[in-house]
Amino acid sequence: MVNHIEVKNLSVVFGNKKSQKTALKLIDEGYTADEIREKTGATVANKNVNFKIKQDELFVIVGLSGSGKSTFIRTLNLINKPTRGEILVNGENIQDLSKEALREYRRKEVSMVFQHFGLFSHRNVIKNVEYPLEIQNIDAKERRKKALEAIKQVGLDGWENHMPSQLSGGMQQRVGLARALSNDPNILLMDEPYSALDPLIRREMQNELLSLEDEKERTTVFITHDMNEAFRIGDRIALMKDAEVVQIGTPLEFFANPANDYVKDFIADVDKTRILKVRNIMRKPTYIASPSDSPKETFEQLKSLDIEYCYVTDENKKFLGYVMKEKLAKSRAKTIEKLIKKDEPIYRNAYLKDAWQSLKDADYDVAVVDGKNRLRGIISSDEIVEALAE
Amino acid sequence: MFDFPEKFFFDISGYIDRFVIWLSQTFDWLFDFIKLVVGGLFEGTEFILNIIPWWAYVILLILAGWRLYNIYTSIALTVMLVLIGVFGLWNEMIYTLAIIIISVFISILIGIPTGIVMAKSKRLESILKPLLDGMQTMPSFVYLIPALMLLGIGRVPAVFATTIYAVPPLIRLTFLGIQNVDEEVIEAGKSFGSTPLQMLFKIELPQALSTIATGVNQTTMMAVSMVVIASMIGARGLGQVVLISIRRIEVGQGFVAGLAVVFLAIILDRLLQGITAKFDHQEGFDG
Repeated sequence: MVNHIEVKNLSVVFGNKKSQKTALKLIDEGYTADEIREKTGATVANKNVNFKIKQDELFVIVGLSGSGKSTFIRTLNLINKPTRGEILVNGENIQDLSKEALREYRRKEVSMVFQHFGLFSHRNVIKNVEYPLEIQNIDAKERRKKALEAIKQVGLDGWENHMPSQLSGGMQQRVGLARALSNDPNILLMDEPYSALDPLIRREMQNELLSLEDEKERTTVFITHDMNEAFRIGDRIALMKDAEVVQIGTPLEFFANPANDYVKDFIADVDKTRILKVRNIMRKPTYIASPSDSPKETFEQLKSLDIEYCYVTDENKKFLGYVMKEKLAKSRAKTIEKLIKKDEPIYRNAYLKDAWQSLKDADYDVAVVDGKNRLRGIISSDEIVEALAE
Repeated sequence: MFDFPEKFFFDISGYIDRFVIWLSQTFDWLFDFIKLVVGGLFEGTEFILNIIPWWAYVILLILAGWRLYNIYTSIALTVMLVLIGVFGLWNEMIYTLAIIIISVFISILIGIPTGIVMAKSKRLESILKPLLDGMQTMPSFVYLIPALMLLGIGRVPAVFATTIYAVPPLIRLTFLGIQNVDEEVIEAGKSFGSTPLQMLFKIELPQALSTIATGVNQTTMMAVSMVVIASMIGARGLGQVVLISIRRIEVGQGFVAGLAVVFLAIILDRLLQGITAKFDHQEGFDG
């Protein structure tokens, strides 16, 4: 997968020009953030941070308060300016953007959701959601249409004319999310969006965030201080401490090889079975056929790859079923369409525990699909057992 | 030996006198222009206020009080207005009201932009803050002197002095209103790519609106109190009645005129407060 965002050697220091300079020098000499604050009075919020965030992944940054995660996420749209280092988005350093280009970047490419929602209290729900479009001078009809779509995506239809103050916390954050989605950004930045919500609502919103991806995949950077939340939604996770990155990896990698005792402590009270999902361990299928392929051709492919069956999807990647090699060999049909064997796929956001229940008897790799029934990967019951056992 | 030594005396007041005279001579075209504009504004306002019959004010006030509060407040305010008429001070009240309206209008024109600029520039903030403190602690009479020297006698210097006296709270509250907009709301505005002007007009000013409205209210109250003092430099109206009564030691007349000023102040205050409260709860309002 392509890297969407690449952060190279990023340091953010708050303080005057002179103390910033000394702080950078002290960073290079290996002093910790605390020591530098004592020596210079400058606050080191990020210290030589390096990240690669892949296209369309949900990347979670987790850490305690003061670990520099909120500062970091604000550098991705340059609300905080890096003191040193590079931020490449699609290979281009966003610090080189002119004022106008930066504005365009913020208007079209990236949008943000805030911990305390950051709603415009003088505007009603629909006008909040329309704001990002309004400032681009998109005409009223068009922006109303897009805003209503965004409101529908977050399940707030019917509340358009309410004021933010009339809504509950969970609903206010939905408005915040709808507002961030209204300009259909490629990058979504979420700064502890669910921390101010009560646990039940938080859980619900996490699941909704995951199903939002079924509509459109986008690169999401999500900040939280809650390890459970991080593992529940993250494709990959970066753990930050004292302005530095301690470990980056998939949830499974964290459980398998915690980098040090700090990480171990951090994940100690995380219940794996309630967090790991099919998507965390699924693999890519070796070969995917289309219903219009000929049996002969498909047979040759399977033979050369040395596999017994393969998956079939239509032109929209919708999962149709699978075909067996032995059947292909005997067939005289023009296409493989009639040979497809239907099978119940498994939802990619299903918890491993539940997934295992439904496919423990299957002795082959089961297809994994998203909410729109598109094939996303494959998984076997052995793999689930292995992941849970680790 | 306990007295301050005379050899250290230095007469500053003479220089100030000369400076003011120099100012009035060099910029007499400017002051003539101010006289023309403010005088014209005043006449226009007074003309409009005068062609509205007294009962129209009463009806409007009943409706406004009822809409903004309730029927009791509405009646109480209207009784005060009618009493001013009963005292025989209606025309004086209209004259005073005209000065207040124009002073507040000019205060808004000057105060809100100044407050905005002050919120945007740290340097200007550090200059203006002590200046505003000074303006608010300065005895109000002092403003009469330059007004008198630069603009002569009459309603224009009265408006001038009233404006200078009344504008600080509006500047201060505009500044505060913009400074106190929630940090995340500002970040949200920036993160979607707002231009500085869009930030100001679509986010900062609407968010600061109720604070600014409070500022307008305070400015109006300051103007009411100053307008009485301004009668010393030739403004007519309620203040003049008070002033004459003091000179002639007519306690009753002075008291009645003072009461009329208080009634006017209460009516204006309640109306503005009611409007401010409406701003706070308004639905779908967009600045």
